[in-house]
Amino acid sequence: MTTARPVREARPRIEPWQDPDAVPFVRIQGVTKTFGEVYAVDNVTLDIFKGEFFALLGPSGCGKSTLLRILAGLERPTSGRVLIDGQDMTDVPPWRRPVNMMFQSYALFPHLSVRKNIAFGLEQERLPRAEIAERVAEVVRLVHLEGLEDRKPDQLSGGQKQRVALARALVKRPKVLLLDEPLGALDKKLRDQTQLELVNIQDRLGLTFVIVTHDQEEAMTVGSRMAIMREGQIAQIGTPSEIYEYPASRFVAEFVGEVNLIEARFASVNGTTMRVRAPALGIEIVTDRPVPALPGEPLWVAVRPEKMSIAKTPPAETGYNCVEGEVFDIEYLGDVSVYHVRLDNGLFLRATEANKLRLIERPITWEDRVWLSWGPDASVVLKT
Amino acid sequence: MKGKAERDRLALGRLLLIGVPFAWLGLFFLLPFTIVLKLSLSEPALAQPPYLPIVEWVEEAGELYLAIRLRVQNYLTLVGDGLYLAAFASSLRIAATATVLALLVAFPIALGMARCPPRVRPFLLLAVMLPFWTSFLIRVYAWMGILKDDGLLNALLLTLGLIEEPLVILNTETAVLIGIVYSYLPFMILPIFANLEKHDPSLLEAAVDLGCRPIVAFWRITVPLARPGILAGCFLVFIPAVGEFVIPDLLGGADTLMIGRTLWLEFFTNRDWPLASAVAIAMLLLLVVPIVFFLRLQALGRLR
Repeated sequence: MTTARPVREARPRIEPWQDPDAVPFVRIQGVTKTFGEVYAVDNVTLDIFKGEFFALLGPSGCGKSTLLRILAGLERPTSGRVLIDGQDMTDVPPWRRPVNMMFQSYALFPHLSVRKNIAFGLEQERLPRAEIAERVAEVVRLVHLEGLEDRKPDQLSGGQKQRVALARALVKRPKVLLLDEPLGALDKKLRDQTQLELVNIQDRLGLTFVIVTHDQEEAMTVGSRMAIMREGQIAQIGTPSEIYEYPASRFVAEFVGEVNLIEARFASVNGTTMRVRAPALGIEIVTDRPVPALPGEPLWVAVRPEKMSIAKTPPAETGYNCVEGEVFDIEYLGDVSVYHVRLDNGLFLRATEANKLRLIERPITWEDRVWLSWGPDASVVLKT
Repeated sequence: MKGKAERDRLALGRLLLIGVPFAWLGLFFLLPFTIVLKLSLSEPALAQPPYLPIVEWVEEAGELYLAIRLRVQNYLTLVGDGLYLAAFASSLRIAATATVLALLVAFPIALGMARCPPRVRPFLLLAVMLPFWTSFLIRVYAWMGILKDDGLLNALLLTLGLIEEPLVILNTETAVLIGIVYSYLPFMILPIFANLEKHDPSLLEAAVDLGCRPIVAFWRITVPLARPGILAGCFLVFIPAVGEFVIPDLLGGADTLMIGRTLWLEFFTNRDWPLASAVAIAMLLLLVVPIVFFLRLQALGRLR
């Protein structure tokens, strides 16, 4: 039996941001947008390359949607410039920009049929009827809306509306497609499936997509790179794995995925090995990614729960990257279990283990004495 | 399973609930309508009341008859006498013109109100409805003061030097149009505003994003979506305007022919109640039949 779930089509890794000679396709240069006293977007500079699926990720109110609307031309930046394909777009009204947006509410025209909704943008270009019909039919096939062309939006399911909204924007063949929380209204299963469809469509058409989302899983699934935003500013830009494995700040570490944050103080650096002391845990922590720091400077160490090993026996070396505690709680999530371990000083750490075996009898259970340990490559030292 | 008793009780409840509006319509529409219909088929008389009964017991040659006399002449007069046809036509024309003018004035106001921040809207709504606090009659009289030859409007225009001699507006059709548009404006603004207020602003953004200039987006998105509100407003203005009596009587001249005024004259000046009733019935049919037909078409269109 096969599953109906689409798979991600294999594609060669292109990483234009690694190429020093690559010219960015979308350039956001020092863009600020204020609403009264509030800085919705605060001096953001960002380059996006052709063919990227770029994700803007952040909590609500971080300015990501405003930034997207500035790209669409629906908001005018207070200062700064926006360039698309080498052309200054800052003063170009939205109806003349080579970008199209897929709205969070889909914003389908309720009085027009699916076909008319999709054709709407092409009719504005005054294209011949035959060409419009042909391009509409093509995009209808692309997003699998065959047979629904004559329905009105209120006769469609949420997933179908989402695809009409996508088709309506795609049919314009924009240089950049903007997606504002495009999958927020769909249930989880449909969302997962649609994310992969989006990636495949983007890949096949070779378009540049910029997506705004507050869902970090979505950003990591679809994004070639992502920018984490906080209070109008960019906290970090990178590929999903860079951001997950090497967060630049406690905010990013906590926003993207689960993390254990341990307060620490700088101890020493020796080549590629950095040692910090965690006074609260009474241990030393070793990392293989040193950061410049002054002696005694307050730092934080981030360790992802799945990178912590949990065992009932102490590891071979107990001098560093290792703490002892008691299992306080176990969250069984099916594929993984999360162990909440209370240390002797009352602090909590989390460790995640994949449930490779069926848990008839738990090897580790409530109130067991356990040791948590992790490798030097699992600890990331953060300064802010 | 519900018991029979309970089902009966539910059915009774439903009947009562539907019964209330039906009873209301029966008492205050169907009954008066029947009386007027009866009147329109009777014979005028110099008596009190000024008409003869249409149903009578007649004794003829010692035999008793129940005689029903329906006088069709009233309706024939309506068709035959050019005055009534002209009054109908002119009423429809004035009402239609006034409706279009009211729409042109009301739509920008409604749009402006709908685009205002939500906390300002209740005050604007209040401002629209504020004229209702004063008697309708007084407001129409006030327009006489504004529009007459030595009235406020002429005084203002003369002072500004825009005109040399006073404009004659009062007692013309223009004055009637001004009066109708002014009086019925709230009935046009309110349904359009109620409709526009519900529009999702992202629809216009989507249209602009898809390549529409804002003015095109307005015609292709806002206006079609506002259609139910526009239709409701037009009906609310057009229907009472056709039968309007006070405004043409006070602001219109002797040559402004409107059916409401004709009706009034027949009733009170000529005391020809049967003919006046025939005018009323004809007006009702003239208005109701095309509207029902139109609404029916609308409903069919929505189903498709």
